[in-house]
Amino acid sequence: MTVTATEAGAGSQGGAEAPRRPRTRILAGRSPRDLLGRAAVYLLLAVAVVTVAFPVYYAIAGAFMGPSELSSYPPALVPHSVTGRNFAGAVDTIPLARQYANSAIVATVITLAQLFTSILAAYAFVFLPLKARAVVFGVFLATLMVPWEAIIIPNYLTLSGWGLGNTYFGLVLPFLASGFGTFMLRQSFRQLPGELRDAARIDGAGHWRFLWRIVVPLNKPALAALSIYVFLSAWNQYFWPLIITRTANMQTLQIGLTSLRDSEMADPGLILAGVVLSLLPTLALVVFGQRFIVRGLTAGAVR
Amino acid sequence: MPTAPHTAPPPGRRNRWGEHGLAWAFLLPSLVVFVLFIGYPLGRTIYLSGHANDLFGAPSRYVGMKHYTDLLTSADFRRTLVTTALFTVLTVVPGVLGALALVLLLENRIRGVRLLRSAFALPFAFSVASASVVFAVFFNPASGVLNGLLSHLGLGPIGWLTDSRYALLSVAVTTIWMSLGYNVLVLSAGIGSIPAEILEAARIDGASGLRLARSITVPMLGPNLFFLTVVSTVHALQSFGQIHILTKGGPDGATRTLVYSVYEKAFAYGSSDFGTASAQAVVLLVVVLACTAVQFGVLERKVHYA
Repeated sequence: MTVTATEAGAGSQGGAEAPRRPRTRILAGRSPRDLLGRAAVYLLLAVAVVTVAFPVYYAIAGAFMGPSELSSYPPALVPHSVTGRNFAGAVDTIPLARQYANSAIVATVITLAQLFTSILAAYAFVFLPLKARAVVFGVFLATLMVPWEAIIIPNYLTLSGWGLGNTYFGLVLPFLASGFGTFMLRQSFRQLPGELRDAARIDGAGHWRFLWRIVVPLNKPALAALSIYVFLSAWNQYFWPLIITRTANMQTLQIGLTSLRDSEMADPGLILAGVVLSLLPTLALVVFGQRFIVRGLTAGAVR
Repeated sequence: MPTAPHTAPPPGRRNRWGEHGLAWAFLLPSLVVFVLFIGYPLGRTIYLSGHANDLFGAPSRYVGMKHYTDLLTSADFRRTLVTTALFTVLTVVPGVLGALALVLLLENRIRGVRLLRSAFALPFAFSVASASVVFAVFFNPASGVLNGLLSHLGLGPIGWLTDSRYALLSVAVTTIWMSLGYNVLVLSAGIGSIPAEILEAARIDGASGLRLARSITVPMLGPNLFFLTVVSTVHALQSFGQIHILTKGGPDGATRTLVYSVYEKAFAYGSSDFGTASAQAVVLLVVVLACTAVQFGVLERKVHYA
């Protein structure tokens, strides 16, 4: 029991010495100077963790505080009497359930669509003959470099012109494919041994079957990483839903949060309750999917 | 039925044409999206930037470089550029250095390192909107935690978002907090990929603490730090939500960055000045592409991945 805890605490550092040397000796250090340095490390980390985690804590604590506590001066840090009124208030002020559903629909559709288009494109780059491969791949990479904000005006005009302003189609259409997703999956697909395709071919499997029966199941980690990454980005979008939606019923949760803040009441309790509700899915993804997220985030960093 | 081995064609003979067609069919969905929503709008933005428009935003006549020359001679736009640069520096430098300090501290064989790492990743779950509204509550001049803290120290209340001396800083602090989770994740992954033998060898040679960090860990993190700096810069240049929620570009233009200015000209307050907004968007595009080009240039020359 103790041994496992020690190893887990030591993390990735030099597994070689963990079983041999008892942890306490490392901790004790060899001189008073080491001890002092160690204390400083802990102190700095404590300050940092309090600073970073405080907004998270306050958002959650404040969501359960009554109005008098939230507007008291100086402000209260711990809710004295826990109340659920803020959540009810937030639901009354904006169509929260509808906006929650909007965000879920939009993020899910974008995620599934990007998975589908990226899987197909990545497969084409890795397993199919293509004359202009370098050029086409260059086009996919080039899409990564264009800042979305710089081309948002024509996109707004296009989708409004098609009569898709303030619709689900307007919210999702521009994001149904991504160069990043293709790039990430291509990296992953390339690591499959080439004999796999030959074996499948000999078994008579065509490309379509090979793709969905072999390639996709063998690349689950990369697909999970991409799904989490795309879902988070889509759920958290702000600029595009802000301009393409007009009515509260078509707005996503993120825009709803802002209207909570801009509403006449501007009650901090309502705002924080809305934040807590909006955080539920993303917090779950970050906590349970951290391993995958790291992989997704660093796909661009390490090639 | 096509499972007998001898029915399989020799590799690369049959279906040569079919496979090419299939490749294009697989690429087509992505390419359609890219053409419609990236390629065309790129060209259209440049087109719009060369045209005047009527009150409803429809392009009316060709004006050449007029919008650009107007921007260059406009004191307001120069201020926007300065604000953008300042905001970028204020977020990128502390954001990257702070994350570096944190991951180095976490390298000190401390207890609960996984828990701490998760705590530092928490902001990653916050969207721009949720982080911004939480900080808006903090920054509230009357009931906010920050001014409450100041009053404990006997200091007067500060208009964090309404005083032009503090507004940009406040938005920057919010942004740093939001990006910290990402930055820590990237640098942690970088540290994790430093070969353990190198760190161990340095430790055996007696390097520890700051010395180890300065001569081994930080240099080995070079590529990650560089990547993070470029990505953070691009993110900072694209920042929009926090400005829209916290300050709306104010007070008196103190937080009006390039992206926010594009938004104001094109969409805010019923404005549809797509010509000027597009010219500003092209400036944004050029700046971001320059950053990316630097990244690729340096990566090509300096960094070798196995």
